[in-house]
Amino acid sequence: MSTNKDIAILGVGMHPWGKWGKSFIDYGVVAARAALADSGVNWRDVQFVSGAATIRNGYPGQVAGATFAQALGWQGAQVNTSYAACASGSQALAAARSKILSGECEVALVIGSDTTPKGFLKPQPGDRPDDPDWVRFRIGITNPTYFALYARRRIEMYGDTQADFAMVKVKNAENGFTNVNARYRKKFTAEEVAASSIVADPLRLMDICAVSDGAAAMIVSSVEYARKIGKASAPRIAAISTVTPTFASALVEMPDIATDSAVAVPAQSFRSALPRKAYEEAGVSPKDISLAEVYDLSTALELDWIEDLQLCARGEAAQLMRSGATRVNGRIPVNASGGLACFGEAVPAQAIAQVCELTWQLRGQAGDRQVADAKVGITANQGLFGHGSSVIVKR
Amino acid sequence: MSAPVLEGWFTLDAGAPQLLGSRCVACGTYYFPKLKTFCRNPDCAGEKFEEVPLSRTGKIWSFTNAVYQPPEPYVQVAAEDFKPFAIAAVELEKEKMIVLGQVVAGVGVESLKAGLDVELVLEPLSDGKLTWKWKPTGAAK
Repeated sequence: MSTNKDIAILGVGMHPWGKWGKSFIDYGVVAARAALADSGVNWRDVQFVSGAATIRNGYPGQVAGATFAQALGWQGAQVNTSYAACASGSQALAAARSKILSGECEVALVIGSDTTPKGFLKPQPGDRPDDPDWVRFRIGITNPTYFALYARRRIEMYGDTQADFAMVKVKNAENGFTNVNARYRKKFTAEEVAASSIVADPLRLMDICAVSDGAAAMIVSSVEYARKIGKASAPRIAAISTVTPTFASALVEMPDIATDSAVAVPAQSFRSALPRKAYEEAGVSPKDISLAEVYDLSTALELDWIEDLQLCARGEAAQLMRSGATRVNGRIPVNASGGLACFGEAVPAQAIAQVCELTWQLRGQAGDRQVADAKVGITANQGLFGHGSSVIVKR
Repeated sequence: MSAPVLEGWFTLDAGAPQLLGSRCVACGTYYFPKLKTFCRNPDCAGEKFEEVPLSRTGKIWSFTNAVYQPPEPYVQVAAEDFKPFAIAAVELEKEKMIVLGQVVAGVGVESLKAGLDVELVLEPLSDGKLTWKWKPTGAAK
């Protein structure tokens, strides 16, 4: 089935995730050249460069679209840069889709890359009592606090256990073990996860994802252009949801210290709103999904996402995972790539990387981690400042 | 009495302190920290707010702890002097909101449970400045 709102994915490519100590520009060019080679499209034929910004690499990072266009060799394409925290890559993809569907261009490069600093992320210096990010650190609330509160809520509400969370890590490590683009390619046992130290109860060090360097790129085009170059059967983007939350927030979101008050209007879940819009836009239902790539910033968060994607009823994700259904050979594989557990987060590249994985899976090119007969895939992620996205890819 | 960690964020009534929020005069939505400009309820054009003390009791929604010392601006002590502390997310029934805060010293995650009744108290951080903390008062319901 195709609607006139689909675009085609002609090529995908990555620079492997890791800590390589190089410029984000170098990683991006490697990923872009890989995507170009995969697509068979000549760089001079790309009419639009849609970059996802990185806020950690100075001016070149803030104008990522232009930075990559120059590094690949200025050739007169139109250019754009998007910033939407963890959803930046999806926003860049949405910008490319708009250009293509409006007829302003036929073929576009979507690209995101990051180089991350060593050690833990810290707040900016100085006294800033009006800045929630300063306030929460002042009273002792760090990033793991939020993930741990959500994880503990699962234990309290649904009876999930720390062993369940460890099993998510074991499963994702097994999925990503042979993924050449993953940073961590090592299998773990439940005992090894249980032996890592508690950071924020109930989460251990190995329940929480790292930050990485990495880059991902895609060449996308109109369905007509794909047909013209003999790629009529290329996987297609069927939906890109980048909705904001709806007031009032149901969860305390980083960096806030309180939710909105739901006195005047009811509380709403942001995470579940993201895929809901994607399903609606693509005209597919959760039961059509072959596999999902979700943002496992923590192991427990993967279980929340499974429910937000409506792949099972609320509270039943741990049971689904225990049954083996979310493994690569299961009924509904989740994070076949290995997820953030194996990659670590490279913010502007991550949402694009999720779509790259779905593309390989839908083409049957995922090697050892291939999901049998994958037809429709969905991604989901959420970041700071009310940003998030969900993308549906189909063949 | 010692100075607060954040000026104007809570009352300094040692026996029964309260967080200070604001409430939109038009739609009744509460805000913490205080909002004084434009109401964020998408159906409300409110621009007038009154300062209100928030309920000083609530129920635990979820909880965790900080095993390692948080980075600055959290007041730093020598690593060997750092004592892990618990953190609770507490539901305030009247305001229909969840507020984070440390749990009083000496109460660890093993004594916490969702639904547990807590009240707001003041305790100093290691620089002597007072902050709000949640203190269990009874059994989980």
